Amino acid sequence: MGLRSDIKKVLVIGSGPIIIGQAAEFDYAGAQACRALKQEGLEVVLINSNPATIMTDKAMADKIYIEPLTLDVVKRVIEIEQPDSVLSTLGGQTGLTLSMQLAEEGFLDSHNVRLLGANPETIHKAEDRQAFKDTMEKIGEPCIPSKVVETVEDAVAFAKEIGYPVIVRPAFTLGGTGGGIADNEEQLRDISTNGLRLSPITQVLIEKCISGWKEIEFEVIRDRKGNVITVCSMENFDPVGVHTGDSIVIAPAVTLSDREYQMLRTASLNIISELKVEGGCNCQFALHPESMEYAVIEVNPRVSRSSALASKATGYPIAKVATRIAIGYTLDEIINQVTGKTYACFEPALDYVVIKFPKWAFDKFVYAKRTLGTQMKATGEVMAIGTSFEQAMMKAVRSTELGVDSMNMKKYEKMSVDELLMLLKNGVEDERSFQVFAALKKGVSVAQIHEITLIDEWFLEKLMNLVELESWLAEGTLTEEKYLTAKKYGYLDKTIERMSGQKCPLHRNAVYKMVDTCAGEFKAETPYFYSTYDEENEAKQFIDRTDSGKKKVIVFGSGPIRIGQGIEFDYCSVHCVWTLKELGYEAVICNNNPETVSTDFDTGDRLYFDPLTPEDVDNIIATEQPYGVVVQFGGQTAIKLTRHLADSGVNILGTSADNIDAAEDRERFDELLEQCGIPRPEGFTVMTTKEAVKVADKLGYPVLLRPSYVLGGQNMIIAHSEQDVVEYMGIITSHMIENPVLIDKYMMGTEVEVDAICDGKDFLIPGIMEHIERAGVHSGDSISIYPAQNLSKKVRETIIEYTRRLSLALNVVGLVNIQYVVYRGEVYVIEVNPRSSRTVPYISKVTGIPMVDIATKIMFGTTLKELGYESGLYPEGDYVAVKVPVFSFEKLQDVDTMLGPEMKSTGECLGIGRSFEDALLKGLVAAGYDLKKEGGVLISVRDSEKREMVRIADKFSRMGFELYATSGTASYLNKNMIATNTVRKISEGSPNTLDLLDSGKIHYMISTSAKGRMPARDSVRMRRKSVERSICSLTAVDTANALANVLRSGRSMDDVELVDITKI
Amino acid sequence: MALIKNGKPAYLVLADGQVFRGKCFGAEGTVIGEVVFTTGMTGYQETLTDPSYYGQIVTQTFPLIGNYGVNAEDYESAQSYVSGYIVREWCNTPSNFRCEGTIDGFLKSHNIIGLYDIDTRRLTRTLREAGVMNGAITTEEPNEKMAELLAQIRSYTITDAVKHVTETEQRVYAPEKPKYRVVLFDFGYKRYIRQSLVNRGCEVIVVPADTKAENVRTLQPDGIMLSNGPGDPSENVEIIANLKDIAALGIPMFGICLGHQLMALSQGARTEKLKYGHRGANQPVIDLASGTTYVTSQNHGYAVVGESLPPEIAEVSHINANDRTCEGVRYKAVDAFTVQFHPEAHGGPLDTAYLFDEFTSRMDAYKKEAE
Repeated sequence: MGLRSDIKKVLVIGSGPIIIGQAAEFDYAGAQACRALKQEGLEVVLINSNPATIMTDKAMADKIYIEPLTLDVVKRVIEIEQPDSVLSTLGGQTGLTLSMQLAEEGFLDSHNVRLLGANPETIHKAEDRQAFKDTMEKIGEPCIPSKVVETVEDAVAFAKEIGYPVIVRPAFTLGGTGGGIADNEEQLRDISTNGLRLSPITQVLIEKCISGWKEIEFEVIRDRKGNVITVCSMENFDPVGVHTGDSIVIAPAVTLSDREYQMLRTASLNIISELKVEGGCNCQFALHPESMEYAVIEVNPRVSRSSALASKATGYPIAKVATRIAIGYTLDEIINQVTGKTYACFEPALDYVVIKFPKWAFDKFVYAKRTLGTQMKATGEVMAIGTSFEQAMMKAVRSTELGVDSMNMKKYEKMSVDELLMLLKNGVEDERSFQVFAALKKGVSVAQIHEITLIDEWFLEKLMNLVELESWLAEGTLTEEKYLTAKKYGYLDKTIERMSGQKCPLHRNAVYKMVDTCAGEFKAETPYFYSTYDEENEAKQFIDRTDSGKKKVIVFGSGPIRIGQGIEFDYCSVHCVWTLKELGYEAVICNNNPETVSTDFDTGDRLYFDPLTPEDVDNIIATEQPYGVVVQFGGQTAIKLTRHLADSGVNILGTSADNIDAAEDRERFDELLEQCGIPRPEGFTVMTTKEAVKVADKLGYPVLLRPSYVLGGQNMIIAHSEQDVVEYMGIITSHMIENPVLIDKYMMGTEVEVDAICDGKDFLIPGIMEHIERAGVHSGDSISIYPAQNLSKKVRETIIEYTRRLSLALNVVGLVNIQYVVYRGEVYVIEVNPRSSRTVPYISKVTGIPMVDIATKIMFGTTLKELGYESGLYPEGDYVAVKVPVFSFEKLQDVDTMLGPEMKSTGECLGIGRSFEDALLKGLVAAGYDLKKEGGVLISVRDSEKREMVRIADKFSRMGFELYATSGTASYLNKNMIATNTVRKISEGSPNTLDLLDSGKIHYMISTSAKGRMPARDSVRMRRKSVERSICSLTAVDTANALANVLRSGRSMDDVELVDITKI
Repeated sequence: MALIKNGKPAYLVLADGQVFRGKCFGAEGTVIGEVVFTTGMTGYQETLTDPSYYGQIVTQTFPLIGNYGVNAEDYESAQSYVSGYIVREWCNTPSNFRCEGTIDGFLKSHNIIGLYDIDTRRLTRTLREAGVMNGAITTEEPNEKMAELLAQIRSYTITDAVKHVTETEQRVYAPEKPKYRVVLFDFGYKRYIRQSLVNRGCEVIVVPADTKAENVRTLQPDGIMLSNGPGDPSENVEIIANLKDIAALGIPMFGICLGHQLMALSQGARTEKLKYGHRGANQPVIDLASGTTYVTSQNHGYAVVGESLPPEIAEVSHINANDRTCEGVRYKAVDAFTVQFHPEAHGGPLDTAYLFDEFTSRMDAYKKEAE
């Protein structure tokens, strides 16, 4: 059928900022879509508010709008660009929802725009609860039986019909309060009585309880001719009940016999055929573990996180194929790029297993509730490929960077059997697999653990194999046989030595097998490898066979997406690879994140999908024999490898290992600053709480505390009092005792950030960024403005000069990121990172300076001069760009939303405008701020900020907002002639601040407190309440002030120009 | 863990002299066969009991085999006809509600030698490049008798395959109220072919492979089903001759796999041996009439040469989307259609089960005409 002749210009809608549940997988999907469209010679218009993505790169589309993803903005883009089609299914739920709104309003029809990928009817059938049920019923696919009831008798009657156990879910109670599982009528009467009482509308949903059923997913594709195939099956380690994004997933499904497998496969194909999806679709099933009974849980008629995983797990590029289908091709017309011979109309066969392991942010959110359920909490994930489950599991665990190299976790090793069983009974937590492992190791039987957790015995037996292997290692001589067995099971040499207490009798390097979609049946063309311990090394054969005489360079990626290390490093890694190819090198990528563009098999010349630990990396180097390696684009994950690589004599391209160390090591860094004559906030290193208190006294509060081994603000706090210091030291010392803690004088000045490129002689600063929030709020959580708006000429010149000195002193070759604080007119250095940073993608895009490309070229000896750049600050452009952080607080229970030195945001948006106000307006709108121009403002700020609050409160008051505040703040404001209503604190009884937040009167809350974190504190409860009620909550006075200014400007999105960044 | 730690050594010796050292499961001893690989990720039980694998040593490309154990319900025949079985890893702790035993127990009880813990991907790639190859699995150290063993391996051929697997007695399987009577030629049939017919209201009379036209006529069937089976189709000279007569009876015929090949041979076409065959559950087949591609289950080493079909007698109806080989034939001169793949599935996708419905429609038409 081929490309539809009526398609010439396509609008692609992206998924916006990274939030929990909608992450880098849509950059991967979107980037694939854009490339597929461009390869067809189509004109591509892109809109996405997320500047850290590859898809918003100039190479990806002809017109790029980094603009808020609101209905009005998308409409305006359509009016400006007049595309003939919109691609709806590649931008996650955001893109799909916008597309549907455009279609349903008739906007697309009236503008002669065709909707590609899915039609509104399909989406309606898949997403509307009742329509979905009806559709499934029509084709005879079972759903989970459920019914809304309003009386106990109806509940009992319905339960009789569907059989016990049943789940009771009260309507409109937060967090499911009042619900539960009933095993019999008596329990049901109890629970539903209570549930009906708690539900404000006296309604409960009675649903058949399927907890303990297996959760199975299928990724399916259909074309307009009606060809249907399944790409991959996946099975969740945890039974139904834990969100699939939070579950360990194995592909293909492993505990299903052919009968069960084909039954669900057929069901998937029936569903996609009935929905008439043209493209990819995800079908989730619950399968009874003791019968052939199953139920359809959910259907997503678009590419998803699961489809990204399935693509990487099989080598079948779902997004690319789905895009081609959307523009008219059929599956039998699309060549399978992996084999180059076969067609996309087939089902991949795997000769390995894949494990996906989620990455959570609980290391940062120590007070967050770790229980897993139907709300996804993971920020990212890793994937591991192995020839056995055990091997893949071991690889997955170390890829996740949890600080363990096996399934053994200290805190669970220390627990008694009873304590562990209690934990397992208490519900599913993120570390459940480690808890299970510890219990098995302590002798609890597979049967007992199965009874408690309902995890299939197959998985438990596999973990048991690891337990047995470890005890085998621990006893007797470490023989060759033991060593090789342990290697096959995925253990590192150092782990084997630690467990056996003996030196390894030999060392064996890993070999590499190809991911080829066909289990070796056809010769594959695409070089995508994973390590295993076996006979034949296909990567080596491949390298020998395809030897081009080019030098090989390995680029290390950044692993799983987590807070503080996100998609921006993937952007940098991919750009580095592109430049390496351009320069005539063979670019090899090593990474383990299935959501990313870097792990697309045709990004580099070769892809190794493996953990990024020293031994794993050594193995790759042994096979590749590269000319050099690049560590500076893969975030801390890659930087951590530097020392090891340098010690092994590997050629590290760019800034040397020694100089990276000089920036990271506290003492060396202090020395360097002294040499350069650059001041930094005074600080000391301490080991104990006692020392900490003493030093803090000496420096004077507030002080900044952080463990010495981390960068990026992990576990960092600002202490305002001795009590804070004691609390903090308590937490830190309970975690890791040996590491010293750094205490610095906290300077509450303006934070300024610079990304620079240096070739050893000259340096280039593409732009200076200023943060709206003063120092103390993590740079990743601050609103950042380019170009800096409020710096004096002298400060600016000082920053340029300091950047020069530091770049040269550290002999930076490539990128460096420097953070400054401007305090009382003086410039101090906070941190220097001789590597790429979070801000590189956005600065590259708004200044037009391809920073990674330049940095890469410089690593290979080109100079800035040769590339045509002058030393110093690059001239500022006509536009102001404002980066606004985006949080996922509604997904994480009990996390304090107050911003501080520890980063909390999961993603970011960009606003670009002619003026600062316009840019900020756009940035805030893009980040989801509902900029209401009237209503109530609740203010509760710490004493030190009350004075500043007057000015801000005054602005709100003058705009006509009704002000409310807790007693202290209210009396202060009233004294300053700003009329404010007093609200009771929570402890003062109802009605109090929480009731006020519930009342719907409040549209903005400004809440700062001297202390936070602990979920029980009043201030934290207020902030959580505002999250639950979707009330805009501002936790820094600077943010509140900026927002007030935007509101005061009177500008709205209708007034601002939309900017195609390819024209900047 | 008990697995890798305690397995006795076993070897695969290929005709080209390559030796793979692994470990033994199932029975012990030495066995020679044609080494083939199958890419199906589930359905190992169906593979082990599919008579089409007669004389072959089957390698599973999927590394984890035996995860759900074995159960009698999923057998495709009462026997296992594979000569030997090769996996990367087998599971001694299977988990499935229907599980009745381990795959190791199954192999032992059927006296089949199994080999595990070898680089099955290396083996697969060897077979892909060199084509299917004879080989031996042995639990004895092969070095001492290598020359002798290699000579045996190289001279091995699968002969009289159908004779070894066919029923010798006629058997009847009937649903409660049969609507059709079908004669099922047993060239080594898979149980689910029979079941697919019974499910559609057919009284199925399974007849030996060498049943002649007059015997078929006396049974007064509404349709004739030609089953799958092992070996080189062209060696079945007598059966091919019989089929020519049987086709002339004018009764609707449906052929699968070997049945498809034998039918084509009886109508004047040729068959050829494929380099390494099609074995798996993911083979794409294009139905030329509709243009639709179906994912099919396949297990064959030979194929009908499409161009050799006399155009006045038959035309190719299906082709393999990967290598474009003939996957189905529709006959013009006689009321017959045949496919190379397995619409009965088990294991594999159920997507082409509608072909059985086409068969019953043809029987309906035939019966109507007879009235």
